[in-house]
Amino acid sequence: MSAAGDAILAALPRSGEEPRVCPYLMAGFPDPEGTADLLLAAEAGGGAVLEVGIPHSDPLADGPTIQAAGRLALARGMTTRIALAQVAKARTRGLRVPVVCMTYLNPVAQFGLEDFCQAAAAAGVDALLVPDLPLEEMEELEGAASRAGLALCTMVAPTTPDRRLTLAATRATGFVYCVSRTGVTGTGDPTEGASLLERVRALSDRPLVLGFGVRRRSQVVSLTGLADGVAVGSRIVEAARGDDPAASVREVVAELCGR
Amino acid sequence: MNVPGRLIVTAPPPRGRYGEFGGSFVPETVVPALQELEAAAVEALGDPRFLADFYGLEAGYAGRPTPLHHARRLSVRAGRPVWLKREDLLHTGAHKLNNALGQLLLAQRMGKHRIVAETGAGQHGLATATACALLGMECIVYMGREDMRRQAVNVAKMKLLGARVEPVGDPAATLKDATSEAIRDWVTNVRDTHYVIGSVVGPHPYPWLVRTLQSVIGSEARAQMLELTGRLPEVVVASVGGGSNAIGIFAAFLEDADVQLLGVEAGGRGPEPGAHGASLGLGTPGVLHGSRSYILQDPDGQVLPTHSISAGLDYPGVGPEHANLMATGRARYVALDDRQALDAFHLLTRLEGIIPALESSHAVAAALRLPDGGGPILVCLSGRGDKDLETVLGREPK
Repeated sequence: MSAAGDAILAALPRSGEEPRVCPYLMAGFPDPEGTADLLLAAEAGGGAVLEVGIPHSDPLADGPTIQAAGRLALARGMTTRIALAQVAKARTRGLRVPVVCMTYLNPVAQFGLEDFCQAAAAAGVDALLVPDLPLEEMEELEGAASRAGLALCTMVAPTTPDRRLTLAATRATGFVYCVSRTGVTGTGDPTEGASLLERVRALSDRPLVLGFGVRRRSQVVSLTGLADGVAVGSRIVEAARGDDPAASVREVVAELCGR
Repeated sequence: MNVPGRLIVTAPPPRGRYGEFGGSFVPETVVPALQELEAAAVEALGDPRFLADFYGLEAGYAGRPTPLHHARRLSVRAGRPVWLKREDLLHTGAHKLNNALGQLLLAQRMGKHRIVAETGAGQHGLATATACALLGMECIVYMGREDMRRQAVNVAKMKLLGARVEPVGDPAATLKDATSEAIRDWVTNVRDTHYVIGSVVGPHPYPWLVRTLQSVIGSEARAQMLELTGRLPEVVVASVGGGSNAIGIFAAFLEDADVQLLGVEAGGRGPEPGAHGASLGLGTPGVLHGSRSYILQDPDGQVLPTHSISAGLDYPGVGPEHANLMATGRARYVALDDRQALDAFHLLTRLEGIIPALESSHAVAAALRLPDGGGPILVCLSGRGDKDLETVLGREPK
C-alpha cells in the first residue's frame, strides 16, 4: 500500500461515526490564482479530504453548477498545470489534509499519463479519480499512478452489478467513490445511495465516499454508519461564487461538518 | 433489385478497439447499460425475426432499396462516370433513418420505451422522432441553440411528430454540446432509456452498431454497381462528420483492395483552429464522447469549437473506425471548404435536378476534384438539401 493511500485511510477512518466531509472545488473557479486559498479555507472549515476538479470542456458526469464553474475557469485561462501549481502552493502554505485530483481522461492523456502522475505527486496530490475511465481501461493509469506513489480511487454506481463492485473495491488504492444515484453531480436525493453503500461495504475494506447530490448537514448525519466520507461539490462551488469565496467556502464546510 | 441490401454483420471488435482507437470511456453508471446493449445487439442481429422486422420497415416504410443514379451531366463535368447512391430519397430525406429504425427496434426488444437522441443538422433527430412516432415511443431530442436556429424546419417537424426538442447550451452550441447533454440524460435515466446515437461515434458498442445498421447502404450500392455497370467503382466518396454514411458505404468495399475510399471532411472557413471540422485532417488523437479517435483539441486536451456551413459536419470528433482506416492507409481523407461545398450544391442542382444536403455537397465537390479520365466514382448522396435552403439563400450575393 502506498503512503498516499495510507493518508486517505487515515483521513477517512472506518469508525462507524459520522462521515467526514470531503469538499470538492473546481480548480480555477472563480479565479485561476485563487484555488490555493480555497483549499486552505476548505481545510480550515473541517474538510477531511479535498477533491480538486480540473476543468474540462466536455465533462460528461457533471451537472449544471459544476459545468458552469468549469467553463468559467477555462475562459479565465485555467489549465491543468496551474491547477497542480495551486495545490503545490497550498501545500507550501501548510495544507495537511489529503488531496484527490478529479479529472476527465482527456486532459490527463494529453499531459501524458506518466508525466501527469509524476507532476501531480510532486505538487502534493495524494490520489486520482477519473470518472470516465472505467475499470476495464484503468490498467495503464494504475501503473503510472503507482510508480508516482499516487493512489487511485474507483467509482461505483447503483447500476453496478455485484461482480463489478468486487472489481472496483479490489482495484481501489484510495477510496471507493459511491455515486448516490444515476445522474450527474448536484442533483437528486443522495439517501438513495444507502443500499449501494451496504452492498459495497460487504465486499470492501476501503473507505467509502458517497457523492452526487449532498447539500445539507442533515444528509451528512443521515449517512452515519453507512459512509466514511461524503463528497460535497455543487454546494461548495456555489459558495465560491460570492464576494469573499474563501470565507464562504470555509463557512459552508464548517456548517456541513456541524462546527 | 427490389429488396433492401443485407446488413454486413461482423462480431463486435474486442473492447471496441479499431487499432489504437475506439474503446469505451464513460461514467460507471452507464457501463453496465453499454454491456447490456452489446449483448442485446449481438443477439438481435443473429435473429432472423429481428432482421425480418428491420428489412420489412426498410422496404415498406423507409423506401429501400434507394436508387443508384448515373449522373450523366455531372459525369461530363467530372470527365469520368459518376454514380450517386440516392440516400436523399430515403424517408425523412437522409440515411439517418436506417440507424434510427434499427436502434428503436432494438430498444423495443430490450424493453426500453424512452428514447433520447442528439442532433446537429436535425436529420438524426428527425429520423429518431419519426421512428418513435411509428413505433409509439417517447422521444427527447437534444439540439444546440445555434443548430436550432439554422435548422428551424427540422425542429418544427420533430415537434409535429411528438418529440420534445431540448435546447442545449449557449447561443453558439452545436452537435458536440447536444451529444454531451444527451449522454447526461442517459446517465440519469439509464434504467428505462435508450440513447440512440446518430453516428459511428461514442463509446463501444455504438460505432460498431451504427456501422452495422448503415452497412445496408454499401451492400446495396455494391450490388447495384455490379448490376448496372458490370464492375466495381474505382473510388467511393462520402462526407464525414461523425462518419456514419461514409462507414455505411465503405463497409461493403473494405475487402476490395482496388476500390479507393475517400472521406470528405468540413474545411469550413479555413485551417485555423475553430474555423473547420476536419478532425482527421487537422486533429490529434484524444478522447471525446466516450471513444478515442482524432479530435480537435488544444494542447491541454480541451475540445475546440468548430465551424462548417453544414451543421452535420460541424463536429470536433470522428468515428474511431475512420481514424483506423486513415492510420492503416485503407481510406484517404480530405477537407473541402464552405465555398467549394456551396459550388457543388449549385452544380448538382442545375446539372442533375437534385438539391443535395450541404453535407453531401462536400462529397460531390471532392468527386469533381478527382483526376479526369478514371473509372467510375460512386458518391454517397447522404441527404437532400431542403433543410439547407435558408443557409444557402442567406449566402447568396444580395
